[in-house]
Amino acid sequence: MTRQQVLDQYFIETRHKLIDIAAFLDRADRAEGEADFRLDAFRTAIKELSGKKPGRAEKVLLAFSDPTTKPIAKAHGKGACGAWSAKG
Amino acid sequence: MRYIEPHGHMVSRTTDDYQDMVTAGCAAVCEPAFWAGFDRSSVDGFHDYFCQLTDYEPKRAAKFGLPHYSWLCINPKESEDVKLAQEVIGIIPQFIDRPNVLGIGEIGLNKNSRNEMKVLELHVDLAARTNSLILVHTPHLEDKLKGTRLILDVLRSDKRIQPERCIIDHVEEHTIGLVLDAGFWAGMTLYPESKCSPSRAVDMLDCFGHERIWMNSACDWGVSIPLAVPRTALEMRRRAWNADLVDKVIFRNPAQFMSQCPKFKLPQT
Repeated sequence: MTRQQVLDQYFIETRHKLIDIAAFLDRADRAEGEADFRLDAFRTAIKELSGKKPGRAEKVLLAFSDPTTKPIAKAHGKGACGAWSAKG
Repeated sequence: MRYIEPHGHMVSRTTDDYQDMVTAGCAAVCEPAFWAGFDRSSVDGFHDYFCQLTDYEPKRAAKFGLPHYSWLCINPKESEDVKLAQEVIGIIPQFIDRPNVLGIGEIGLNKNSRNEMKVLELHVDLAARTNSLILVHTPHLEDKLKGTRLILDVLRSDKRIQPERCIIDHVEEHTIGLVLDAGFWAGMTLYPESKCSPSRAVDMLDCFGHERIWMNSACDWGVSIPLAVPRTALEMRRRAWNADLVDKVIFRNPAQFMSQCPKFKLPQT
């Protein structure tokens, strides 16, 4: 695909997704109470979007990922929350 | 258009889904053992589930002219209880020779715990002893990168395991390179809210090539789309892929992997 074709195919839907992200951050700002580590992780990941080099999707995923290498002692629950916290 | 759904939890789906999939060109469906959404209380629950996967569900699929294959295991979400897992792994040999069973799966990790690792090693050992194909589930979201690395370590440390006979599923941009570089097959799961969107899946195909990769919907009882694979074929067409390349990714690639099990018969289309 040419760059022009990419824009023709994907600009409107991606613009829509970007505004959704902005609205989510506004919603979180308007809300009361303390945030948790997920909002910080989100803000850190967003910085990857303004990078000049390719691989942004990978870098965003890495920003949310557990960087440790050893198995945990025990699984407490089954779900994942989408961001990693050093505090566990 | 023809395609294979290589990872669908059909026991959770309706007959309408079977009709829609066949109408869209599905030529075979393969069903790995899954978590039920609640923990089964005993090995008897798994016995009944394995009967469902190897007897009842193939008959239900056959009503729509769809060949149905299955994979057996205790899912990583239930692997914290090692004693139960050992009992379940102990009954799998009763089912492994059934005509629609392709191998052991979907095994792997969920929260990357020590007990999950132990149960993964038991499954890998069973697959090696029975010369079975392996289908691996990688963890969700923040746990995926670490889990994928641990899984690759387990598989590579067992010298009986041939990477080309294992598929590591649910890869994303940060794990696909690890999997392919190690010689394994990679599965991309197309989910509406997590894992991978059709456009990202085709991006990864653009970046990593079209060999040793398949796509699946992993449709189950949660938010998922049984027609995700043909919808991703539409995404390929939006990018002017030719029909032969689309056919390779959504039909011939999964057929190539699963044909390593002699019980898999290439669907007549």
